[in-house]
Amino acid sequence: MNKETKKPALQRLMDNPWLLLVLGVLIPVISYTIWGWIEIALIPASPY
Amino acid sequence: MNDQEGNNPERPDGEVNKPEGEVAKVKRGLQALAGGWRKCDTTGMPVCLDSQFFIRVNAVFAVIFLLIGGLAAILLALTRWEAFNLLRTDMFYRVLTLHGLNMLIFWILFFEVAILYFTSTTLLNAKLFSRKVGWVSLVLMVVGAVMVNWVIFAGQADVLKTSYLPLLAHPAFYLGIILVAVGTLVAVFNFFATLYTAKRDRTYEGSIPLVTFGAMAAAIIAVVTLLHGAVVMIPTFSYSMGWTGEPDPLWYRLIWWGLGHQSQQVNVAAMVAVWYMIATLSTGAKPINETVCRGAFVLYILFINVASAHHLLVEPGMSSSWKIWNTGYVMYLAVLASMVHGFTVPASVEVAMRSKGHAAGIFGWLKALPWRNPAFSAALLSLIIFGFIGGITGVTLGTQQINIIAHNTLRIPGHFHATVVGGTTLAFMGVAYYVVPLFFRRDFVWRRLARIQPWIFAAGITLMSFGMSFAGSMGVARRTSDIAPAEEAYGAVVHFFLAMVGIGGVLAVLGLLLFVGLVVATVLFGPSNVGRPMKCWGTAVDLGSKGAVRKGKGGSHYTPGTVVLVGIFLTAFVVYYFANWRALADVWPVR
Repeated sequence: MNKETKKPALQRLMDNPWLLLVLGVLIPVISYTIWGWIEIALIPASPY
Repeated sequence: MNDQEGNNPERPDGEVNKPEGEVAKVKRGLQALAGGWRKCDTTGMPVCLDSQFFIRVNAVFAVIFLLIGGLAAILLALTRWEAFNLLRTDMFYRVLTLHGLNMLIFWILFFEVAILYFTSTTLLNAKLFSRKVGWVSLVLMVVGAVMVNWVIFAGQADVLKTSYLPLLAHPAFYLGIILVAVGTLVAVFNFFATLYTAKRDRTYEGSIPLVTFGAMAAAIIAVVTLLHGAVVMIPTFSYSMGWTGEPDPLWYRLIWWGLGHQSQQVNVAAMVAVWYMIATLSTGAKPINETVCRGAFVLYILFINVASAHHLLVEPGMSSSWKIWNTGYVMYLAVLASMVHGFTVPASVEVAMRSKGHAAGIFGWLKALPWRNPAFSAALLSLIIFGFIGGITGVTLGTQQINIIAHNTLRIPGHFHATVVGGTTLAFMGVAYYVVPLFFRRDFVWRRLARIQPWIFAAGITLMSFGMSFAGSMGVARRTSDIAPAEEAYGAVVHFFLAMVGIGGVLAVLGLLLFVGLVVATVLFGPSNVGRPMKCWGTAVDLGSKGAVRKGKGGSHYTPGTVVLVGIFLTAFVVYYFANWRALADVWPVR
C-alpha cells in the first residue's frame, strides 16, 4: 500500500481541487437552481 | 507601544535582508526579467513578474471602482439622512445603481482576481499560467465595467443592481455585466491552470498552503456564480435587444440571485483567506489545526451557495420545502464553517502571542497585539464586524419565519454592509497595506494616517449598519429616497436612526477616501523599497527569555481568551435570534 492510499478520505478530497470543483458546482446547481427552476416551471398558468 | 517598528523586515523567521549594491541590484534585475522572476526583498519569496503586473493592474482598477462607489455612497448617505434628503427620487435610483455595481461587483472582483494571481504564484513558487489569458481577462473586465458605468451615468440603467424584470435597462448594461462575468471566469481559469502547472512541475510539496486553499474555495464559488450570471444575463440582453421575449420575472430572480448572492460568498471565502494571511504576517500565527480550517473551507465550497434562497423567502411561487432546505438544513453547514473560522483565526493569534511570552491572564495577549499595524487592525475589525453584526443578523434574517418581518426593510442593507463592507472591504483594505509595498515596491506615505484609517472606516460602517438595522426594525423600507409617505407609521425616533445612517455613512466614506488617498499617493510618490525590505508596520514582540517562564501553560492549544470571546459571541447570537422570534410573535400572535 503506497503513501497516497493511506491518506484519509477527507484529506484526499481536500487535495483534489477538481473533485471539489465538480462537487462545488453540482450541489448548489441541483439543490438551488434546478429544483427551483422545476418548481417555477410547474406553477400553473393563470386562466386570466 | 507593544509592536516592533522601523526598517526591520516582515519576516516571521526574523532574518534580515541586507541592502545590496547598485551593480548587484541591476544584475539581479536583469536575471529576473530574463526568467520572469524576481526575489521579494522582504519575504525572500519568488515573485512572478507576469503575476505582479496583473496584480498591480487589477488592484489599480479595483481602487478606481472603489472610489466611484464611495463617492456615490456619500450622496446616498446624505439622502437617507432626512435632514438633507439630497437626491431627487430618479437621481437616487441612478446613484444607488452606480453604488451597488461598483462596490459589490467591480471593486470586489478586480481585487479578488489580484488575490487569485498572488495566491497561485508567489505562495506556490509558480509562474502564472498565461500572460495572454491574463490580458484577455483584464480587457474583458475593464471594457465591461466601463460600459456599465457609462450606461448608468447616461441615465439608461436606473434599474438598481438587481435589475429585476420587467425593469429594463439599455442593452449595454447587460452586455457590460456579461463581459465582466466572462472576464472574471477567464481569470479563474488562469488561476486553476496555474494550480495545475504548479502541481505538475512540483513547485511545492504536500498540500497547497491554507491561504491558497481559501482562494481556491473562492474561485470554485466564483465558477458557480458566474455560470448563473451567464444563464440570466444572456437572455435578458437578448430581450433588451428585442430578439427574444421577456424572461419570466420569477425565473429571473431565481437565477439572478445565483449571481447576486453567490458573488458575496466569493467575498466571504476570499476575506477569510486574507484573515489567515494577515494573522501570519503580523503575529506569526499558524493555523491551530490545518485540517479543521480546510474542512471549513470545504463546507463553504459545498454548501454556502444555496444561501441565495434567502432572497426568495417571500415568493409565493417557491415551495416551503425548497426554502427550508436551502436556507436551513444545508445552509447552516456553511454557517458552521464561518463559526469555525471565527474561532480558529483569533485562536491561532492567541496561541502565537502566548508562545511569544504574552501569557498573562486570559486577555493579556490582546493588549500586546500589534494594534498600530493597519493591516492587523483592519483584519481584526473585519472579523469582529463580520461576525458580531453581519453574521448574527444574516442567519437571523435568513430564517424563513423571521424574514417576513424584515424583508425589503433597511435591516437587509444593515446586514450586508456589515458583511461585504465592514467584513470584506475592510479586510481587502488591510491586505493592501502589504500588497502596495510588496508589489508596487513603495513604502506607504502618511503612516500615522494609515494607522487610524481602518478605525475610521470601521467606526463609520458600524454606526451606519446599526442605524439601518434599527430603522429597518421599525419598518423603514430599503431602496426609497425618503420616508415621507409613511413617516407617521414609523414614529419620531426613526429620524434618529436615519441620522445614524447618514453620519456613519459620511464617516465610512471619509475612511474610504483616506484609504484611496493613501494608496494613490504611495503608488505615485512613496519612497522606493527596491533592494531592501518594506518598512515594517509593526509585528508582535517576542519576549524571549523574559516571557519564557509563562510559556507552555495548557499546551499549544491553550486559548482561554478566544473561548471567552466566542462565548460572548454565542450569547449575543442567542439573544438576538430569540429577540427576533419575540418580535415576530408581537406582529403575528398565535392564540
